[in-house]
Amino acid sequence: MDWTPRTTPRASATFDEYSMSEIRRAAATGIYDIRGAGAKRRLPHFDDLLFLGASISRYPLEGYREKCGTDIWLGTRFAQQPIHIKIPITIAGMSFGSLSAQAKEALGRGATQVGTSTTTGDGGMTEEERGHSNILVYQVLPSRYGMNPDDLRRADAIEVVVGQGAKPGGGGMLLGQKISDRVAEMRTLPKGIDQRSACRHPDWTGPDDLEIKIEELREITDWQKPIYIKVGASRPYYDTALAIKAGADVIVLDGMQGGTAATQDVFIEHVGLPILGAIRPAVQALQDLGMHRQVQLIVSGGIRNGADVAKALALGADAVSIGTAALVALGDNDPALEEEYRKLGSHAGCYDDWHEGRDPAGITTQDPVLAARLDPALAGRRLANYLSVLTLETQTIARACGKSHVRNLEPEDLVALTVEAAAMARVPLAGTNWIPGTT
Amino acid sequence: MPEVDLGATPLRELNASLHRLSPDTNERHWIIDHPAGRHAIAAGLNAPITVEINGPVGYYCAGMNKLATVLIHGNAGVGVAENMMSGFVHVAGDASQSAGATGRGGVLRIDGNASSRCGISMKGIDIVVQGSVGHMSAFMAQAGSLIVFGDAGDSLGDSIYEARLFVRGRVKSLGADCIEKPMREEHKRALHETLGRAGFNGEIDPSEFKRYGSARKLYNFHVDNAGAY
Repeated sequence: MDWTPRTTPRASATFDEYSMSEIRRAAATGIYDIRGAGAKRRLPHFDDLLFLGASISRYPLEGYREKCGTDIWLGTRFAQQPIHIKIPITIAGMSFGSLSAQAKEALGRGATQVGTSTTTGDGGMTEEERGHSNILVYQVLPSRYGMNPDDLRRADAIEVVVGQGAKPGGGGMLLGQKISDRVAEMRTLPKGIDQRSACRHPDWTGPDDLEIKIEELREITDWQKPIYIKVGASRPYYDTALAIKAGADVIVLDGMQGGTAATQDVFIEHVGLPILGAIRPAVQALQDLGMHRQVQLIVSGGIRNGADVAKALALGADAVSIGTAALVALGDNDPALEEEYRKLGSHAGCYDDWHEGRDPAGITTQDPVLAARLDPALAGRRLANYLSVLTLETQTIARACGKSHVRNLEPEDLVALTVEAAAMARVPLAGTNWIPGTT
Repeated sequence: MPEVDLGATPLRELNASLHRLSPDTNERHWIIDHPAGRHAIAAGLNAPITVEINGPVGYYCAGMNKLATVLIHGNAGVGVAENMMSGFVHVAGDASQSAGATGRGGVLRIDGNASSRCGISMKGIDIVVQGSVGHMSAFMAQAGSLIVFGDAGDSLGDSIYEARLFVRGRVKSLGADCIEKPMREEHKRALHETLGRAGFNGEIDPSEFKRYGSARKLYNFHVDNAGAY
């Protein structure tokens, strides 16, 4: 027997298993991968921050006794009817078309049970979501699918979507297999064709035009509704400053972990900023213009638990928004459906082919049989439970930091575990006074 | 007949007054003087009234109009009658970019020229332009008709869906998936009917127009068509 030591087979860190499988898939098909969800790669995130909690120099609040407020006002700058939400967590815009009508109804039910808002999406407003959403934000998107002034007037707020975190600078595509008769009618397009969502608005370009567009929306709605501007995180300082200049009441800032219904994987993973690196520049712009807390900031992209919520608020946001986590709460990627996910070539926890319309959970589909699997009342209850837990967790941390309201959390409550997170969040590296780039 | 001088009356006050009108209002004909290019004049109307504007208007005049007739005796800025639902908007002069953008119904008539992106993403509106239209007009046009008496600029009907385009003059170039189609009798009748709703009562010969529409080859994404975009 030859006992000569042999080199252990070594996988490449660069050409890892996933990269090589993608090369093989591309070589076989000639087309890029399209999928749903947000960035899946490991990114600097809220996990890289810690709260310090109270100590001798900071006085905590009693966990189960002392009040810690969670309500937030949105749209106090110009709107005559600003929105009051009971928790600092909202439901992000997701379209009917990408989601089933049952899923939209469930989102409305869940949000309403805990006193927060939900948001329409590309494709217009459905009766299900209006009927079950006490507070509904109506998106004005580049495609203007389903856009009409009656819905504008019966919305509680208006969100002008400039971009989203999963694909800043990109439009969208709803593939033909998800275009049911109802979706086609709402979007004024033939059934079964791919429906492209434009990346630019059709009637304005640039911040000066946007200001005039917002003036029009305010005039049409008699200055009653708060007007949000949603941007994907890419140049958060300047985008925030320009949104303020354009007259926004609320700015929604979506990081690259934020989900999408269907976009190229290369776009999702390689364009935009993680939300951790976007919040402080946006807050800086608000502060520089004297608008912090006058114009509210909602951040999104990878919010999973109350710690994430608390950290976002501590960095200066007024509220957060969730999309992917809300779908998981409804039942998306449930391990109970593992066998069906395997038939689709995926696994529970990994399924992201939301654009194909074959979702066994009945959420990202227009197949009536699959969609009927989702009980809107039950799924809405699960979402409400989840939102309650997020709120309780946020309060737990806020009380430990001595805050009587979650909005009183501040950067001073935080430290970072990594140099990168310290630089992005502009808080000290744990155990030091060092904020990279600042001190 | 209410008359409003926008030189003396705030725009907000005018639009609020117009929005308060009920469908059976007696104040059915309004005159607006000295608009001076203000934006969002008569935006969001929702009653069967007539609003005459004596002078040029800025962006989004008659935006999202429903039921109303808006007569603009002057030029119009960007996005006149954008997302109109129904009614009639008539621009006696020229119109800037994105006239009738995303409009879902009603008729927009422009007596002069319309700049680029006229009828962009239109969803059922009928647009009649007596002059010429600029580049990228009817981009991603979904439904409705764009009728141009003059010429059309580059990339007419790029990525068009089911909208119908009729041009009497020259088309500089067609956009992706937009082709010339035969002008059959049913198309001439439809064109005649649409022109009638725009106020042209038989004086225009539909047979002088060429028809353009979607080749429907890009309706479902296929990698072999990537070069077309």
